[in-house]
Amino acid sequence: MTAAALGGGLRGRSRTLWARLGEVDPRYLVSFLITLILVVGEARYGILGGYDRLALSLGVCVATELALARLVGGRSAALQSAYVTGISLALLLKPRAGLLWPFALGAFLAIASKYVLAYRGQHLWNPSNFAISLLLLIAPGSVAILSHQWGNHFATNAVIWAFGLLIASRVRVLHVTLMYVGCYLLLAAARSALVGTPLLAEVAPITGPMYQLFIFFMITDPRTTVGSRRGRIVVAALVAVAEAAIRLAADHQVAGLGALYPAPPILALAIVGPVAKLVDLCAFFHNPRRSP
Amino acid sequence: MVHGVTFLRVRRLVLTTVFLGAVLLVVALNRGRPDERGGAGAAPPGFSLRDVAHQAGIDFVHHAPTLDHRIDNVAPLVAALGASVSVSDVNNDGWPDLYFTNSRFGFPNALYLNRGDGTFVDVARSAGVADLNRPGEGVSMGAVWGDYDNDGLEDLLVYKWGYLQLFKNLGNLHFKDVTAAAGLRQWMNSNGAVWLDYDRDGLLDLYVTGYFRSDIDFWNLRTTRIMHNSFEFATNGGKNRLFHNLGNGRFEDVTDQMGVGSTRWTLAAAAADFNGDGWPDLFLANDYGPEELFVNDSGKRFVLTKAGLESDSKSGMSASLGDVLNRGRLDAFVTNISERAYLFQGNNLRLNFLPELGRFQQGAEGVIADAGWAWGAQLGDLDNDGRNELFIVNGYVSADRDRSYWYAMSKVAGANGNVFEDARNWPAIGSASLSGYERSRVLVNRGLAGWTDVAAAVGVTDEYDGRAVALVDLFNRGVLDVVVANQNQPALLYKNTVRPGNHWIGFKLVGTRSNRSAIGAEVTVDAGGTRQLKIVDGGMGFASQNDRRLHFGLGSASRVDRVVIRWPSGARQVVEHAEVDRLNTLTEPPSAGAVP
Repeated sequence: MTAAALGGGLRGRSRTLWARLGEVDPRYLVSFLITLILVVGEARYGILGGYDRLALSLGVCVATELALARLVGGRSAALQSAYVTGISLALLLKPRAGLLWPFALGAFLAIASKYVLAYRGQHLWNPSNFAISLLLLIAPGSVAILSHQWGNHFATNAVIWAFGLLIASRVRVLHVTLMYVGCYLLLAAARSALVGTPLLAEVAPITGPMYQLFIFFMITDPRTTVGSRRGRIVVAALVAVAEAAIRLAADHQVAGLGALYPAPPILALAIVGPVAKLVDLCAFFHNPRRSP
Repeated sequence: MVHGVTFLRVRRLVLTTVFLGAVLLVVALNRGRPDERGGAGAAPPGFSLRDVAHQAGIDFVHHAPTLDHRIDNVAPLVAALGASVSVSDVNNDGWPDLYFTNSRFGFPNALYLNRGDGTFVDVARSAGVADLNRPGEGVSMGAVWGDYDNDGLEDLLVYKWGYLQLFKNLGNLHFKDVTAAAGLRQWMNSNGAVWLDYDRDGLLDLYVTGYFRSDIDFWNLRTTRIMHNSFEFATNGGKNRLFHNLGNGRFEDVTDQMGVGSTRWTLAAAAADFNGDGWPDLFLANDYGPEELFVNDSGKRFVLTKAGLESDSKSGMSASLGDVLNRGRLDAFVTNISERAYLFQGNNLRLNFLPELGRFQQGAEGVIADAGWAWGAQLGDLDNDGRNELFIVNGYVSADRDRSYWYAMSKVAGANGNVFEDARNWPAIGSASLSGYERSRVLVNRGLAGWTDVAAAVGVTDEYDGRAVALVDLFNRGVLDVVVANQNQPALLYKNTVRPGNHWIGFKLVGTRSNRSAIGAEVTVDAGGTRQLKIVDGGMGFASQNDRRLHFGLGSASRVDRVVIRWPSGARQVVEHAEVDRLNTLTEPPSAGAVP
């Protein structure tokens, strides 16, 4: 077999895999990605800090989803959403030693928010984004968010980003991811120039695991983003701008906004996301020809 | 149909109510229990502490090092170490003396001689142990006392960011620098050391921990790539070193031979026989990484052992040993970092179940887990009730109260290791604080009821950047006083007043077959149905060493049933009728039975 033939064969095989990947239900791909992050992170770095945390957040998410879908939703339970939310909370919440209630209450609030904080049947916040933001704002003495890397190793990062981008592409949200990342990098450079901090220090956060979970599971959540492709791009840019504003406020130690500083992207999305969704839904119900 | 819609509305209303209830519950739980907040509900403490440093003549102020200008952007962070205190009776007059280190060129260390009348006088200069902080030689980071030549006089090892220095006590309050002759003139960037007799030959050996790499000269930096390469699993720190005492005044570096050359940014080491096999093991508190337990294999080598520590990666600052649950077992307390909304690593209380389970069990929760950016800590019975209290000092950099570096640091914490390994990539701290102005914690041990923070109630309200804590009966009154060395700030001497009624007993041990200082000796006291175990330490906590004499509170027990001493030589001695409310001096008998 010649090298050309071999190369052609591999390319053909890649195309086949790519095509097959496209046939998989996007929800399974997202579930696969977060499971991958969980398994790699736990195996290499013990990121969970205890399986009881995972069991609790996952269990409460699933149980709440099952119960509320039956009691007030009148629809089938979105177990895949509960699964992703449960793992996200287990990974991102880093409470005080020995505290388990943030996982239980956070999981309940995350799933319940879909049913309580909804407009015309559609929820406004990504569930884990809502729960984490709420806990950080009202329970800062008990809850912190994952802020440093698991091991600070490039290889781990590269694997997660590679799979993340691949799956974002197949789930057709790559434009959101790329828009946000692009805006983040541009604004990081701008902040570095404005504040005088090293550029690498401003770029560094996006390589961390908090951002991996944020970019691949929160800002791209199809249920809580706006309907049109152009709208999603604009929202991603607005989230990046809001985050930059929070970061600039943190750099200048603006009094009264300190609660926002530990997790700028999470809180920026919690502010921008629901407003955008609400505007989009209102626009849709005024002009139903638009897709919600 | 109408009924169905109404029913659905009711359900939604119920759900909304439950949802709001959950939010309120989060708020309530975040406030914690009243006793955790140091509030009502707890019994009043049976002791009080009052700073008498100035009245006692101790006006020592620590000065932080000034470093190469290439790392000015992070200088307050890097130069945040060096305040230490260690206790020893340097002139054998029965009154414990104090040694404080300074960390800036030209600023002297202090040796406060206890006059026995409640006052102290600094004799460091005349004794020859003051001017250690000189260009080319480095600056002091801490000191440990031990009689390495068994001549009955306590000698002094000063660990530095620079060359180690060993001083032989010549008597008459004079010391001689014997570093070179001892084979110890090594440049290390060390923040901890501990004397131990790892091979039980009756001679004190020395374990010195490395923090920054030893090829770094902080005043002539060749590179700014000096920082850790991971916030959780860094292994690019200075190499720890074990020096074997050859008995002829010389030491031999046996680090690699014995397998204890960890490069995990060790900040503190403690030595004790954790697994009950009669040989002292090494417990390491590592910054940016998990703690480590090196189990001593009969003095032939140390084995890094999986003991439930390896999966819990934090920022270990201090390692203090004590019998927390009155089990006759030494547990380890390791301080870490907590900061609202940013990071809750939590301190570790490593309950020792090595003999039964082969591992430690985590016992820290509530106030004991969360003490801010905690540094030095010591376990000691401050109210003489027979249970150990915990004194914890904390605070990293206290500068501008309105500016915090936490947000800026969180940016680099998310980076890959090779980014923040270079100090140039860190945002400038400027005048910002980092976990500054934190109050010390004084935690009273309520047994099964847990721990209560009584700091304010007992009079500990300072907000200095505490580093080292030492417990010592400074005035020979049968109570433990607390000495604190603060970074860049004055030292504190908290004189303890204990409510009358509780008894106590003290022991001063003199080794014969064991090292003369009796470092590593364990004393178990049974009294009033309670068992307590303490160890003579050769350095414990962070940059500190406690009183060599062991102090036990006895509560209402007016007699002790039994005292058992396990000497470092392996000998076991039983004392049946030790006198309470006094210090008992015990000399190792030549023919005591061996420990099985």
